[in-house]
Amino acid sequence: MTRNEALFEFLQRMGDNTLILGHRISEWCGMAPVLEEDIALSNTALDFIGQTQFWLGYAGEIEGESRDADRLAFHRDAWDFRNVLLVEMPNGDFGQTIMRQFLFDAWHSIYVARLIKSSNKRVSEIAEKASKEIAYHLERSADTVVALGDGTEESHARMQKALDYLYPYVGEMFLSDEVDAEMAAAGIAPDPSTLRDEYDLLVQKVLDEATLTVPGNRFAQKGGKSGAMHTEHLGHLLCSMQWLQRAYPGGNW
Amino acid sequence: MNNEWPLWEVFIRGQHGMSHRHVGSLHAPDAEMAIKNARDVYTRRNEGVSIWVVEAVHIAASSPSDKGPLYEPSESKVYRHPTFFDIPDEVGAM
Repeated sequence: MTRNEALFEFLQRMGDNTLILGHRISEWCGMAPVLEEDIALSNTALDFIGQTQFWLGYAGEIEGESRDADRLAFHRDAWDFRNVLLVEMPNGDFGQTIMRQFLFDAWHSIYVARLIKSSNKRVSEIAEKASKEIAYHLERSADTVVALGDGTEESHARMQKALDYLYPYVGEMFLSDEVDAEMAAAGIAPDPSTLRDEYDLLVQKVLDEATLTVPGNRFAQKGGKSGAMHTEHLGHLLCSMQWLQRAYPGGNW
Repeated sequence: MNNEWPLWEVFIRGQHGMSHRHVGSLHAPDAEMAIKNARDVYTRRNEGVSIWVVEAVHIAASSPSDKGPLYEPSESKVYRHPTFFDIPDEVGAM
């Protein structure tokens, strides 16, 4: 694998994480429990789509096959996506959505903070711009996890259930492969396996405050970031996200 | 039991040097979340540099039915307006 091939993979991973999670939470638009959360989630979704444009736009430039961000977002199929499985998991109830958001935001904030120091100027600039949005995402999702976890009996039970359901998808964010090794060697991105302790500290602190119990089992579902095997949920998501561009290629308004 | 979050009134300062202006209201469980919600609901188009929130129940308001006694007496007192002074042109707009 050449360095540019690895960089293309890395950029797709970044862009696909934000694209898929951004689409997932946009599914709440108009349907969240209260107006304030509805707008807040939609804002977060838009932040992610904005970040996606940078990551996938740059990915297309590196690939050099004249695919832009839209082309990559709407004309690849499930096996071409490189997002971690966590972000394609269904919304479930509001608690599950917020728990997924928190588990991702915590990783995102730690990882992107490292990318600001990337040897690649474009990566560093995108990370710098995204980091302020990400800091707010994390603050908001962490606070909501605490409020619901340490809330009523029912909200606590739902948050614990969400954590138990999603925890097996946390480990994939810290798996390293040859793409990560190449990126780390080039000083472009950190080796994700070196970030787990920092993540565990952050997550444990919030979940303690939320009176939730971190599952002891570290078994990790994987296959998303490598593209080897996505969950069955991704195809359904792409179906609603991509149908217009598939039915009317290049259509715009 | 009341399951509704309390109502908060939101005040935003558009730029440094201006005063906070009332922009609307929202629901939130506590002050901290009210500020976060205000950030998301009222500053998404770069409207502000500072947010105040106050729980609506803490605002004491005048009663509309007191309009007469409260405001009418001032209607006929033009001498309370400082409009009877000649202002030199050099002073410019006041």
